[in-house]
Amino acid sequence: MKYVDEYRNPEIAHALADKIARTVTKPWVLMEVCGGQTHTLMRYGIGDLLPGGVELVHGPGCPVCVTPLELIDSAIRMAALPDVTFTSYGDMLRVPGSRSDLFGARALGADVRVVYSPMDALKIARANPSRHVVFFGVGFETTAPANAMAVWQAKREGLTNFSMLVSHVLVPPAMRLILESPINRVQAFIGPGHVCTIMGFSEYHALAEEFHVPIVVGGFEPLDLLEAISMLVAQLEEGRAEVENQYSRSVDYHGNTAAQKVMREVFTVSDRKWRGIGEIAQSGLVLREEYAAYDAERIFHLDPLAVEEPRECISALVLQGQKKPIDCPAFGKRCTPLTPLGAPMVSAEGACAAWYQYKRHSVEGAQRTDHERSRLAHLVLDKADSNASPLAGPVRPGATHA
Amino acid sequence: MCLAVPGRVLTIEGDDPAFRSASVDFCGIRKTVSLSFTPEVQIGDYVLVHVGFAISRIDEDEAQRTFEYLKHIGALVEEGLAAP
Amino acid sequence: MPETIADPAQFVCPAPVATRDRIVLGHGSGGQLSANLLRDVFLPLFSNPVLDRLDDQAVVEIGGSRLAFTTDSFVVKPLFFPGGDIGSLAVHGTVNDLAMGGATPLYLSAGFIVEEGFPIEDLRRIAVSMSEAARAAGVEIVTGDTKVVERGKGDSVFINTTGIGVVPLDVRLSADRAQPGDVVILSGSIGDHGMAILASREGLEFETSIVSDSAALNGLVGDMLAVSRNIRVLRDPTRGGVSSTLNEIAQQSGVSIEIEERKILVRDEVRGACELLGLDPLYVANEGKLVAIVAPEDAAAVLEAMRAHPRGEEAAIIGVVSDGSPGMVTMRTAFGSSRIVDMLPGDQLPRIC
Repeated sequence: MKYVDEYRNPEIAHALADKIARTVTKPWVLMEVCGGQTHTLMRYGIGDLLPGGVELVHGPGCPVCVTPLELIDSAIRMAALPDVTFTSYGDMLRVPGSRSDLFGARALGADVRVVYSPMDALKIARANPSRHVVFFGVGFETTAPANAMAVWQAKREGLTNFSMLVSHVLVPPAMRLILESPINRVQAFIGPGHVCTIMGFSEYHALAEEFHVPIVVGGFEPLDLLEAISMLVAQLEEGRAEVENQYSRSVDYHGNTAAQKVMREVFTVSDRKWRGIGEIAQSGLVLREEYAAYDAERIFHLDPLAVEEPRECISALVLQGQKKPIDCPAFGKRCTPLTPLGAPMVSAEGACAAWYQYKRHSVEGAQRTDHERSRLAHLVLDKADSNASPLAGPVRPGATHA
Repeated sequence: MCLAVPGRVLTIEGDDPAFRSASVDFCGIRKTVSLSFTPEVQIGDYVLVHVGFAISRIDEDEAQRTFEYLKHIGALVEEGLAAP
Repeated sequence: MPETIADPAQFVCPAPVATRDRIVLGHGSGGQLSANLLRDVFLPLFSNPVLDRLDDQAVVEIGGSRLAFTTDSFVVKPLFFPGGDIGSLAVHGTVNDLAMGGATPLYLSAGFIVEEGFPIEDLRRIAVSMSEAARAAGVEIVTGDTKVVERGKGDSVFINTTGIGVVPLDVRLSADRAQPGDVVILSGSIGDHGMAILASREGLEFETSIVSDSAALNGLVGDMLAVSRNIRVLRDPTRGGVSSTLNEIAQQSGVSIEIEERKILVRDEVRGACELLGLDPLYVANEGKLVAIVAPEDAAAVLEAMRAHPRGEEAAIIGVVSDGSPGMVTMRTAFGSSRIVDMLPGDQLPRIC
């Protein structure tokens, strides 16, 4: 596949890893925010390739994971109504609510359907005028324009049997929360490549400056992430804290203005509760007043349920990168993908699920042969001992920072 | 929440830029994709597709440069110009 | 007004365990849920030495002969898909289950549950397809049954086929026979059937020329057994994909299995479809492929025999059985890193992340 395969080349991956190893002189903690990037890192074992000094922690980049419990419960209650066809992206179906999940609702007779696109949900609404179609609009900024378009289109056509249950979250406020925590360990971020494809990356300068953290917007293939890590490590070693763009084949500074326009037309920013974390100011999107007729929460005005929050898992700490999944006493025992205690174990992008699926057999999450471990340690030690400045590789052409 | 896949635009339908759609090829799979967010896209372009919408046109020059750079890194190691 | 909790130690995990007292779709998908259902509901009640082996077929001794005996039900939607239909699938599926036990398949039964209102012409199409598939596989449909259920209770048509065949006395194939050092062979590309079906489902429409690989494998198996009596396990990776099959073998044999990502063949179109939906081909169903666990001294001969047969032209060695963590399947990625190939909890869901 073009624009995919080239970025999975193993020889270049090893070369990038070696470059990183040659550059590193002290330990650094990096975080990737986006769940899709977490998935790639785990699936290709990128952590295995990096020198021991570079630690990757996974951020809350899984909108499925952070959708509030109350909203899942509301979704289930809506789906259970006899005239409702509840449509959703696939990964939402197994997220546990307080008692069940959408799959369970389906088992009891609810009309729950997986769709690939919100436009498919619209099609179902047009084809079934006697049913009310609700679409579970979950996602980060990447997905918001598509969801906005569906609502915009519904209004334009005057559809009366379509609405959206919105659960949109924004990345920069989440990063801010992590950076503001008194026990934050993250020193650099791999920025979310597809969020930035939509939004551009102008929003990240404030964070880079205020907290003195380098941010490199990264893609989703293994070489993209390795290159982004390489750029971050170079910045860290040089004491810089700038915003750079590794994913320049898709991202530019201003982002996709047509997509942003539709988003602004349909949504507005609001405070939002993040599951496992709590409320973050101005961190979510809700439908504007003009689109109230398409807001499932307003249409179905379900009384808010009093939700019991059992004290069990540490997903909040995991979501903020302060703990690894493997640190959780329930991980792999009481909490597995089949019996999840928390959202990061349910979604395939959740840090816990990714760790469980790909890495649970290894204690540190990094399975290295002794030979490899000593080889990489040797490189780091050499670097640390030498007085020379870090080996300057060719400057990456096209990596822009404004 | 960001699975977006690159594909090649084969045909385009519609004149109104806000409502054009394209048949996009992914390794032999064809899917109809909305071009509402990428009015500049032409036949033969590569686009990144997310939930049925093209969210960006892949800048082939940039992609080429990225890849040349990456290959260069790989070559440096191979030629022994950089210590493995 | 909910406040943001400043002290991370105060954060709580919001979700309790979802208990299941109802069947969900995942219970039929061949992954962990299916296995649990067997273990928790059926096995304790039906248990006997033959059943407890949990092979694709039961091998029983009757009057000095060894008979293989198996059943399978087919509920695929859509009924007609590129490369086959529910009818040919029903024949191939049961023929293959028998073949995986080393049996020469001989006779099938065919039971139909048809929904009121179903077009007879479609039923005829299915029957034609079954008769052709049976003839090509060298089996006869010797008995059957038809039931009709009220409209709305049956989702068009369900088919059950049961088959019997004869197993040579010196052939012993069973999922608990894999040993460290054995070689893992895969007969061809993976993911074709599952993606051909998915492409036609509502909500995931895309045009493709992916064709299901639905086919009878008894001829291929016959050629393999002709060159070796040291084949330990044969399994066809249907629901749950290659991953489920390897995990089942690893668990039942108490061994670990290591495979190489680079050796596993995935057609470009199948890859494209999987990329688009965020699916992993290792978990996608196949209906015309088999996994063979073979003693190392016979691996080359078996591979050669497979490649000489139309159903095995693209056969390849994809891994080895080892004595690592019992029950664990790992894969060496193209990067040289190692990852677990886990059993899926339920259905693989198309993801958007």
